[in-house]
Amino acid sequence: MKKKLSWYRIFFRVIALILIPTLVIGVLQRILTPKYVSSIPEGSMIAEYYDSPKNTDVLILGDCEVYENISNVAMYQNYGVTSYTRGSSEQLIWQSYYLLEDTLQYQKPKVVILNVLALSEAEAKSEAYNRMTLDGMRWSKSKRASYEESKTSKENLLSYYFPILRYHSRWSELSSEDFKYAFEKKPLVTSNGYLMQVGVRPVTTVPKTMPLSDYDFSQRNMDYLDKIRQLCEDHGAQLLLMKAPSIFPHWYDEWDAQVVDYAKAHNITYLNMVKDAEKIGIDYSKDTFDYGQHLNVDGSEKVAKYLGEILKTKYNVEDRRNDPTYSTYWNDLSKRYDEEKAAKTKAWESSNAK
Amino acid sequence: MLFTSVQFLIFVFVALVLYYTLPKKCQWIVLLVANVYFYLQAGFYGAIFMAITMLTSYFAALIMDYYKIVGERIIKLSKVEVTRDEKKKIKADVKRKSKVILVIALLINFGALGVLKYSNLFITSFTNFSPVNFILPMGISFYTFQTMGYIVDVYRGSVTSEKNFFKYALFVSFFPQLVQGPISKFTMLSKTLYAEHDFSWDVIESGLMRIIWGYFKKMIIADRASVGLATLISDFTTYKGAYSLLGIAIYAVQLYADFTGGIDITIGVAELFGITLPENFKQPFFSKSLAEYWRRWHITLCTWFKDYVFYPISTSKRVIHQGKWLKEHVSEGLGKRFPMYLATLTVWFVTGMWHGAKWNFIVWGLLNGIIMLLSQELSGVYKKVDSKLGLKKTKIYGLFEIIRTTILVAVLQMLDYHKNIADAARMFVSIFTSANYGQVFGGGLFNIGLSVYDYVVLLVGIIVIYIVSYLGRNESLRVRLKSKPYAVRFILCLAMLVCILIFGSYGIGYEQSQFIYNQF
Repeated sequence: MKKKLSWYRIFFRVIALILIPTLVIGVLQRILTPKYVSSIPEGSMIAEYYDSPKNTDVLILGDCEVYENISNVAMYQNYGVTSYTRGSSEQLIWQSYYLLEDTLQYQKPKVVILNVLALSEAEAKSEAYNRMTLDGMRWSKSKRASYEESKTSKENLLSYYFPILRYHSRWSELSSEDFKYAFEKKPLVTSNGYLMQVGVRPVTTVPKTMPLSDYDFSQRNMDYLDKIRQLCEDHGAQLLLMKAPSIFPHWYDEWDAQVVDYAKAHNITYLNMVKDAEKIGIDYSKDTFDYGQHLNVDGSEKVAKYLGEILKTKYNVEDRRNDPTYSTYWNDLSKRYDEEKAAKTKAWESSNAK
Repeated sequence: MLFTSVQFLIFVFVALVLYYTLPKKCQWIVLLVANVYFYLQAGFYGAIFMAITMLTSYFAALIMDYYKIVGERIIKLSKVEVTRDEKKKIKADVKRKSKVILVIALLINFGALGVLKYSNLFITSFTNFSPVNFILPMGISFYTFQTMGYIVDVYRGSVTSEKNFFKYALFVSFFPQLVQGPISKFTMLSKTLYAEHDFSWDVIESGLMRIIWGYFKKMIIADRASVGLATLISDFTTYKGAYSLLGIAIYAVQLYADFTGGIDITIGVAELFGITLPENFKQPFFSKSLAEYWRRWHITLCTWFKDYVFYPISTSKRVIHQGKWLKEHVSEGLGKRFPMYLATLTVWFVTGMWHGAKWNFIVWGLLNGIIMLLSQELSGVYKKVDSKLGLKKTKIYGLFEIIRTTILVAVLQMLDYHKNIADAARMFVSIFTSANYGQVFGGGLFNIGLSVYDYVVLLVGIIVIYIVSYLGRNESLRVRLKSKPYAVRFILCLAMLVCILIFGSYGIGYEQSQFIYNQF
């Protein structure tokens, strides 16, 4: 007859059955999940927000047109305006809304700046881009809702709860970075959400603009724009709409007109920096690193100064340069920013000299 | 509901909880409800055909049993003594009536299967009409064979009909075996299916180990190999010669891991409920001959064909009589061989058809049959050679036989995955005529969707399978592991689970693939 197990052996077996696999799978998950430090740093951006002081007066939302085109440090250095850019690759308008909702759990910005290019994207493009925005968010109702709105046909929620289900195939691509940062804190890749790009690749040719069959922004997108406006209003924040300067993708006049109309109807400022590029001082022969799609650090500092002036004069955003609550953090950030700029510029110059 | 989906795992878990928490006499009802739920996930359309099979076979069996009982009662309760001749007459009458019922039930069910599965083969081969778009109900081949086996057994008197329709429905629709078998006999399955089962951690552990092993084979090996094969068969002008050879190897691995993996999951899931299903494989790639291979591969299907096609044909009076005529009028050898040859070729013709509604499969089936018959004819020659050289006693020769059989099986399987016979033949010939071996083995290997890491995983996986098969050749490895400490079993299971988690072909970039035999 089989010996009956004592209760404490059963208890320990059950604990082992739950704890050991959880531990093993947990460790593997940490190793396999991409770290986004030296490669695809965009993947780290959303999560980095949670390590920041979360006390900025300005919040900037949008896609690469904000996180590569606006230097938050330059805005602080010139006007004392504190800002954080919660930007991500191909950030969709509803993702901006849920990021705003998420951010408002932690801070109450005075001004929310939204880049309007996302209004032209009616559907989520791919799971990879969704991950850039969603993976970094802490679990909340906002993240869940953003997932539901964004998910493509092949995505499933379980792989967001348990990233190992998504990233298990990375076992063949693991680098030392994956092991190093599995448990160690990652270095920051942005300066308050700004992803610095150096170097100059000037505009050579402007891509031909093809007419569209339908220029109307989708109703869902307009609804989310409205929700952003309302959320700002509910939390005492002023909404500022902008279209970042770029040569392409083309910002159609028909799109612009819809934003102008919306801004007018709701008494919101809308800055079309595509039209105002010259006023801002952008020189596409020097200020772009990718042939006119995004700005390099010089171009982004110009945009920052332009925006900073408006935020100071029109929105009365405070100058925090002498405020000790802010200055220590921002001085450190400025130092890091300057070091990064110098290092990247040196690297660019030496690679171009070859 | 795919076996490799999260929904399936949740479904089994919920069914298990209900099965062991509700009163034991409700266990079979829980299973029946689970079966209905599982089957309806594939749509109502298929459920209609299953219901027809259930009803026709249930009533056919009942009626045949009724005739038998009536016949026996007539004999038993007769006021005057029934003579031997009269008894024979009554029994013959019962047999005749039962045969009518049997034939009707067989015609309805095999007819439905035939129309749904084989109409297009007939239409495209012999007519100018456009093919029809019939959707094949899930598992129709498997449950039709299982139920038709049941009614033949009732007709033969080896089984008494099941009176409870819902219990019978449980036998027909038992969800783990719907996807790809095994095909069970009523005598064996009913005992375990309808019995009350106590909860046992040993049983759960054993079932889980089997399931994990099944997922290991399916998700790590089969689904990974399928990526390579899909590329190889997509463009024959590019992927010929050495690529064709690579395809043979990859498909053999894929099919083995897919089918045996699926059966492991099936048997493991049934085991969780305390239900024993028959084994369907017995280390087939240790076979030394094609005949032995078919005693080790898809055992329940082969047993079905043996019991319900081979024996009835080979022992039928008409065929034996035909054999005698040939013996007297043509040649003794032919006459002696006729019943067995006719039965063998019929079995392999039907086996081919069962595997798919294409001429490829029919040719594949017949080739298997012909090779086995040839092998039998040459057995005398082999014996003479062996007695002179004493080869059979050597281990090297045994290894040679295994490799030879493996190659033969794998080459024949080319007919499985090529579109038609001509393509399969062309690709086979290209192995000897296309001089691209240097190109393929010098890097072309990595142009078919498989990286060096994939090949490493496949190779390690194959080695693991061989080791497990070798160690379990006399007694199942799971049984042997039961005597080892709990920690050893736990670590092994955890290691396999972790391997599946990391190396499994699932998620974005991997299409969740059906089991190959699911298409039947």
